[in-house]
Amino acid sequence: MFLKNIFISLTFAGAASASPLFADTIKIGEVGSMTGSEATFGVSTHEGIQLAIKEQNAKGGIKGKKVELISLDDQGKPEEAAIATTKLISQDKVTAILGEVSSSRSLAMAPIAQQNKIPMVSPSSTNPKVTEVGDYIFRVCFIDPFQGAVMAKFAAETLKVKKVAILRDVKSDYSVGLSDYFTAAFKKSGGEIVVDQSYSSGEVDFNSQLTSIRAKKPDAIFVPGYYTEVGLIAKQARKLGIKVPLMGGDGWDSDKLYEIGGKALNNTFFSNHYSKDDQAPAVQNFVKNYKSAYNRSPDGLAAMGYDAAVILFAAIEKTKTGTNAEIRAELAKIKEFQAVTGKITIDEKRNASKPAVVLEVKDGKFLYKSTVNP
Amino acid sequence: MAPSGSNNEQSGQTGIMSLRWWIVGIGIVWLLNAWLPELISPYFFQIIVLAGINVILSVSLNLVNGFTGQFSMGHAGFMSVGGYLSAFITTSLVASHPELMNDPVAGVVIFAISLIMGGIAATAVGYIVGLPSLRLRGDYLAIVTLGFGEIIRVIFLNTNAVGGARGLSGITKFTTFGAVYTAALITVFCIWRVVHSAHGRILVSIREDEIASTAMGVNTTEGKVRAFAMGAFFAGVAGGLFAHYLTTLNPGTFDFNRSFEVIIMVVLGGMGSISGSVVAAIMLTVLKEALRPLQQLTGVDLRMVIYSLVLIIMMLARPKGIFGTSEICDLFREKLSRRGKHPDGGSA
Repeated sequence: MFLKNIFISLTFAGAASASPLFADTIKIGEVGSMTGSEATFGVSTHEGIQLAIKEQNAKGGIKGKKVELISLDDQGKPEEAAIATTKLISQDKVTAILGEVSSSRSLAMAPIAQQNKIPMVSPSSTNPKVTEVGDYIFRVCFIDPFQGAVMAKFAAETLKVKKVAILRDVKSDYSVGLSDYFTAAFKKSGGEIVVDQSYSSGEVDFNSQLTSIRAKKPDAIFVPGYYTEVGLIAKQARKLGIKVPLMGGDGWDSDKLYEIGGKALNNTFFSNHYSKDDQAPAVQNFVKNYKSAYNRSPDGLAAMGYDAAVILFAAIEKTKTGTNAEIRAELAKIKEFQAVTGKITIDEKRNASKPAVVLEVKDGKFLYKSTVNP
Repeated sequence: MAPSGSNNEQSGQTGIMSLRWWIVGIGIVWLLNAWLPELISPYFFQIIVLAGINVILSVSLNLVNGFTGQFSMGHAGFMSVGGYLSAFITTSLVASHPELMNDPVAGVVIFAISLIMGGIAATAVGYIVGLPSLRLRGDYLAIVTLGFGEIIRVIFLNTNAVGGARGLSGITKFTTFGAVYTAALITVFCIWRVVHSAHGRILVSIREDEIASTAMGVNTTEGKVRAFAMGAFFAGVAGGLFAHYLTTLNPGTFDFNRSFEVIIMVVLGGMGSISGSVVAAIMLTVLKEALRPLQQLTGVDLRMVIYSLVLIIMMLARPKGIFGTSEICDLFREKLSRRGKHPDGGSA
């Protein structure tokens, strides 16, 4: 395997041409945090992308050319992500770039991709600013405003609550964004935010925040954090006698959530990109293939990585000569594309417009509750 | 150690360290600034620019950690103060006066002023942090500075005016090769001159024996605070250059890992050797990228493993760093004088 890799890279080291269709392979670059504090996100996404490439090559590649993935690690640092992007573009001459998971690193990469007119597809950067950098930057996930609105709609219409408390993670841009957009959407629908408390990821004791939330007697609590803290928060909230539903976003999506929170997580809801239990063939095929390749079930990030790659391949396939401008144009035209995480349409701001699902946590299972369309 | 001795030494070095040569150096930098981007690949260019920023960071930290012997672990904090303030100044100016962007001269002037403002803010923070904490020694000081660095980071994390956790993006890309290397040359020049002046002797005396130097009448706290504030100034400038190069800032970029990276450069180059810090900063920046093909071949990121191994081997082979406390020109001079002495010494 190792020797084969050396052979491949030596063979194609010198191959560089303006149009990828004249090259022997189509090179796709990936920048991800394979090491560092956010390695779990980077590795999941990487596995999703690899699966997509394996399947595409098994189908005979794109227009008869094999797809070659060049993935570089950024150690979770924005400046490394910028260097890696420059290397992919100037040294490896990639056709397009997939990445990054985190918005802070995508924001460091996007100006470079835009300047060189290389299409970049981010699997899961939810900060609206990422695609505002320029017309070559796309994403396949929904953005924070939409996810915040989804949960606000769910709270007002399905749970029928009026008073909601917020417990946000100030250390995470994702959690802060989601809280802000939830607040705006929920107030618009006539609800009331009774208290807005915060914590920093890494903390383990949330009793003081939860006690002051309890004093305000909310009907529900919105906790858009990551699963590690959410599990603990749920446990401590139930211990304090807070029985109201908890709500959150896609940061909850992990098998670890139940390991940490246990039974305390009953009567909690979160929005997500897809449900593993969705019976749609696209989802079931993906879950089956992922399990057989990596021996574990895929999380949301793996699905997004897969979708980002698949959509990019579909766009390249549709082009006539495969130039960057053509790929960009085809990406912008993606409409009702059946991907794992739902039917994706790329809107005029190059964001993915697609439905979100709301899942209920019940005895360790994520049950499909409802689908909210954009 | 007497002031007269240092004066002699200083006059002996004016040949290499006189202002004239540095102005010539800055001239060369700006000549390269026009040519370099077209000559080499953007990838190598980017590594060169980041190496320059790391040179500023490591040389300025060497003043505190190397020459004064005060183990500071808060350099990333000062860097973030400078970075955030200068980025805040330029982004708010660009937002309120977009026409300034079309004027290249105005852009450069605003950028230079914002860098200096960032440096001054970092100095002020360095002074405030240094005043109480530099009365501590050794491990205690290291812990206090580490804590202050984290406090600064958490303050930015909670300040919505600079984006909070979402970070500050859309910064104009003002940083050029010329700007970085001009700042690097000025940093090396200033710190070189300070270290080889009477003030520098005070700093070295604090490092060598604080009690003895107090007994000699040196105000050690003042000396330490001065070194600390000056180091912070250049760290702030480096932060500003970094911000305007990457065009996005995030509090997570300035965690203690970044301080450690700079400390590693200082220790590897030699505590108390300016040229050592320069060489180590360039070496470590390049090494990280030079190991990248390995990751592409094996599919596993072994870079940090090898990077760490190189550091361990270096520290085993040369515990005092690459240059120890001597400078690169000392080594040349030694060689020259030895070569010169042999025939001369033999005949005389």
